[in-house]
Amino acid sequence: MEAVKSKSVIVIKDLVKGFGDKVILDGFNLTVEKGSNVVILGKSGSGKSVLIKCIIGLLAPDSGSIHVFEENIPGMNEDELDQARSKIGFLFQSNALYDSMTIRENLEFPLLRHWVDIKKEEVDRLVSEALENVDLLHTLDMMPSELSGGMLKRVALARTMILRPEVILYDEPTTGLDPVTSREIENLILKLQKKNHTSSIIISHDMNCVKNTADVVVLLLEGKCYIQGTYQELEQSTDQNIKQFFE
Amino acid sequence: MALIVSFKKFLDETGNIARFTGRFFSVGMKPRYENRELLNQCYNIGYLSFPLVALTAFIMGLVLTMQLRPSLVEYGVESQLPVMVGLAIVREIGPVITALIFAGKIGSSIGAELGSMKVTEQIDAMTVSGIKPYKYLVATRVLATTLMLPMLTILGDGISLFGAYLGVNIRSVTSIDLFFLQVFKSLDFSDVLPAIIKTLFFGFAVGIVGCYKGFNSSKGTQGVGVSANSAVVLSSVLIFIIDLLAVQITELLGLN
Repeated sequence: MEAVKSKSVIVIKDLVKGFGDKVILDGFNLTVEKGSNVVILGKSGSGKSVLIKCIIGLLAPDSGSIHVFEENIPGMNEDELDQARSKIGFLFQSNALYDSMTIRENLEFPLLRHWVDIKKEEVDRLVSEALENVDLLHTLDMMPSELSGGMLKRVALARTMILRPEVILYDEPTTGLDPVTSREIENLILKLQKKNHTSSIIISHDMNCVKNTADVVVLLLEGKCYIQGTYQELEQSTDQNIKQFFE
Repeated sequence: MALIVSFKKFLDETGNIARFTGRFFSVGMKPRYENRELLNQCYNIGYLSFPLVALTAFIMGLVLTMQLRPSLVEYGVESQLPVMVGLAIVREIGPVITALIFAGKIGSSIGAELGSMKVTEQIDAMTVSGIKPYKYLVATRVLATTLMLPMLTILGDGISLFGAYLGVNIRSVTSIDLFFLQVFKSLDFSDVLPAIIKTLFFGFAVGIVGCYKGFNSSKGTQGVGVSANSAVVLSSVLIFIIDLLAVQITELLGLN
């Protein structure tokens, strides 16, 4: 986790998002520095997933700003958003692999859409390299339904990384996995971050994952950033709202 | 009060479907075109539906002939059986029954497929990868249903007429040449063209409704089932409404 911290890649200011009468995010602020892993911690329903969906532009906030590489996401039209999204990777909690496509096609799909003139040999090379990174080259022609939960997560991670994003948003990357596979995924996240020099926001409930991956931990409580610090700082806190996560 | 709420919900749903349909022309028809996916969908939607359409069309032609014969015999106009069956199949029964079978098979399949993609976040995954899911998933499917249903209807009509020919030959002997000569002599341009044109609209309705229901599927497997089911129900109702309008328009144009 020797990150190069020179510049903010994500700056969120006074973010408000609600559904009907229920306010989920209520003036949330966050800054993510280049090369750092920020873990967002919070109870179920606290708005963690809503937050990263606002960052990627899947949800429109009610007010506030989200600057990714100094460009305000909420103010963008669809084409500008597509452009901005090429720098942002998103790992879904459910993996969201296209189940009618083979693993090869799953990885080729974003490549062929983004780089229209890319040659077939180059596509094959990038797909193989992405799968090699997650030790799953042998699954190239398999269908997602033939893989285990941990393998699916690794393929999803490979697909997320294939466009070489500069920022990656992880939505509960270890949820539903056994401790050994969770540890493998955490190591992969760190390995790929080191290799590609990416910055990340990781949503997690899994305290082992938080401990192993976080440079900065942010506690999301009642729609706001309740506290921000390193894992060790938060672990030593006597505040009951913080302690409950570490007990 | 409940009536007002239901009416408001109906208007909301109608507005949403209209907006969704509008996007087909504003987003779906702009380059870059997804030609490969369109061909893939034409194969899935058209070619793979052909056996079912062919079977039902054959049975429909046969049964219709067997049911009509007693009435025509009673009035002493049994010789008009090919004419009656031909007109009924080409003008009305062929297009409508084929469209209903199509709605059952394809409408439900599109609703369930896109619904399942929605609840497993595959549609969101496309969006975050910079792929326009409306263009890739919706526009291709709607175009495929619009183009394939008229073709299936023409093929279905032909098979249905063959079934009718066999039906005629159960009780009497008519050569295939004579049967089809009588059928085609009774048909003209104004019988065939409006019937084929309305199937373009039937196909469009089946595609749009299936995609709309799938795209707006609520969370969970139950939501996928509801999407598939409501896609079939709504597109079937729309087929009858479009048919009614088509009859009125052809009458107004003096084509009846």
